[in-house]
Amino acid sequence: MSVVFKKPNAMSDVPMHYCPGCTHGIVHRLVAEVLDELGIEGQAVGVAPVGCAVFAYNYFECDMIEAAHGRAPAVATGVKRTHPDNVVFTYQGDGDLAAIGTAETVHVGARGENITIIFINNANYGMTGGQMAPTTMLGQVTTTSPYGRDKNIQGHPIHVCELMATLDGVAYAERVAVNDVKGVRATKKAIKKAFQAQIDKKGLSIVEILSTCPTNWGLSPVEALKFVEEKMKPVYPLGVYKDTTGY
Amino acid sequence: MAKVLMKGNEAIAEAAIKAGCLHYFGYPITPQTEIAEYMAKRMPKVGGLCLQAESEVSAINMIYGAAASGTRCMTSSSSPGISLKSEGISYIVGCDLPCVILNVQRGGPGLGGIQPSQADYYQATKALGHGDMHLFVLAPASVQEMAELTCEAFDIADMYRVPVLILADGALGQMMEPVDFDTIKKRDIPEKDWAACGHGGKRKKNILTSLFLNPEELENSVLARYEKYKKIDENEVRCEQFMTEDADIVVVAYGITSRICKSAVTAARAKGIKVGMLRPITLSPFPAKELKALSETASKFLTVELNMGQMITDVKLAIECSRPVEFLGRTGGSMMTVEDVLAKIEEMGGNK
Repeated sequence: MSVVFKKPNAMSDVPMHYCPGCTHGIVHRLVAEVLDELGIEGQAVGVAPVGCAVFAYNYFECDMIEAAHGRAPAVATGVKRTHPDNVVFTYQGDGDLAAIGTAETVHVGARGENITIIFINNANYGMTGGQMAPTTMLGQVTTTSPYGRDKNIQGHPIHVCELMATLDGVAYAERVAVNDVKGVRATKKAIKKAFQAQIDKKGLSIVEILSTCPTNWGLSPVEALKFVEEKMKPVYPLGVYKDTTGY
Repeated sequence: MAKVLMKGNEAIAEAAIKAGCLHYFGYPITPQTEIAEYMAKRMPKVGGLCLQAESEVSAINMIYGAAASGTRCMTSSSSPGISLKSEGISYIVGCDLPCVILNVQRGGPGLGGIQPSQADYYQATKALGHGDMHLFVLAPASVQEMAELTCEAFDIADMYRVPVLILADGALGQMMEPVDFDTIKKRDIPEKDWAACGHGGKRKKNILTSLFLNPEELENSVLARYEKYKKIDENEVRCEQFMTEDADIVVVAYGITSRICKSAVTAARAKGIKVGMLRPITLSPFPAKELKALSETASKFLTVELNMGQMITDVKLAIECSRPVEFLGRTGGSMMTVEDVLAKIEEMGGNK
């Protein structure tokens, strides 16, 4: 009997800690599939964030480093600059990447570091229980914006792909979503392209993935998928924001 | 190689390269910017890399990544910049990563000044990062020693898998003295089979993390680290003793102040006062045993520091407060003179 679907080799055979309906698991699997398909698990070094994906180091079979909050791009720079033949990626959430780690994110883009950033945008701080993130949308209720995010009080959300696209060292920036099958397939394609760009030394590649957080949004998993479609996509339009890869 | 005349900061940079450190990550701050400038010039010529980070925070995290992937690497800064690095240093300790960090101290708190200071003694030896942790801290007192201790710092870091801090000051960093790089000895270093640099399909994955949610696991990881500290304590404590054999008064000073004190001790001896000096070369671990031994014969101690009195605590602890310990200090960037120290020694009396 031939196997038609199996766990990717680059993915560890352990139970994940993610909430039911959270799409982190899907993105983990897509990254692992890409590591398998490009045959780069042995060269890969992943850098995990602080946030829901803090245990990402338990879920990938490549070498892994757990960074301090927001510092993954700097840690990845340290690995890549001393081991240029390694394939180095960070896996970060919105608080990690776009609040506390904004400087690190912008400057790996400016330097054109040959690393890949997998960026999960779920519009809130998941691990600490649903606080306002830099990507929380205007009007969105979180535990620290209980009356809805008000631009006069909490300011505006940050659009990461649009921001990164302004930096000369960024080779590839695309926003995708994993709330339907079509989106999952597009996400896989984007992640693969991002890693390929790194292998070909094109510069920084970042894939922003609109992701669900049913627990903190107070929605069922199915409702959360709809929330991505109806609430997030209008604020964070999908698409390629920068592509100098020439693929 | 013959002796060459170099600034302390440059000697450290060259010594690091000679020790095989080909990766430097830093951020400009006075009075240590010469190191980054020297590295920027030299590194491309020796096949290395000097990368200017966007902040001290990023620089230390680049060190975290470089060290985690098994590379000899170094960063340098001065007091306010070291405070910014303290988060990263704690993570580096938590992952047991070897690297060398240099603090060319300036006055504080806050933005402080840019003149020499030893006001970061407590920070360096007690709490350069959150959590149960120590750094191995070396305190050079000459340009030659800056070169030698820098090379040794890399070996010690690799031997024990610890970050090593070199605590210098603006005076040592800026002064020029002859330095001989041929005197530097190298140690045998264990292989870095723990590094995260790609398993190449040849071994299981390496994970470098300081996160242990299970209290027992965290306790065990800290206990294992403290076992290592014990070994460092047994093998690596170092100090210089000057005229202490029959000393009634023992002056304790490190770094730039020890040079002023040495002159004062010599001058006091000429006046017939039985005074000597102990100069800690390692500040953490502290040469407590050596001081305790001196307290058997000496009747008074004097610590001389460029701060409001920090190392004095360690001296009191070392001799278990069995003798009076006096203090002479300047802070904010001013230096005491040889005469100041001599006057203090004379004031303390001391048996002739």
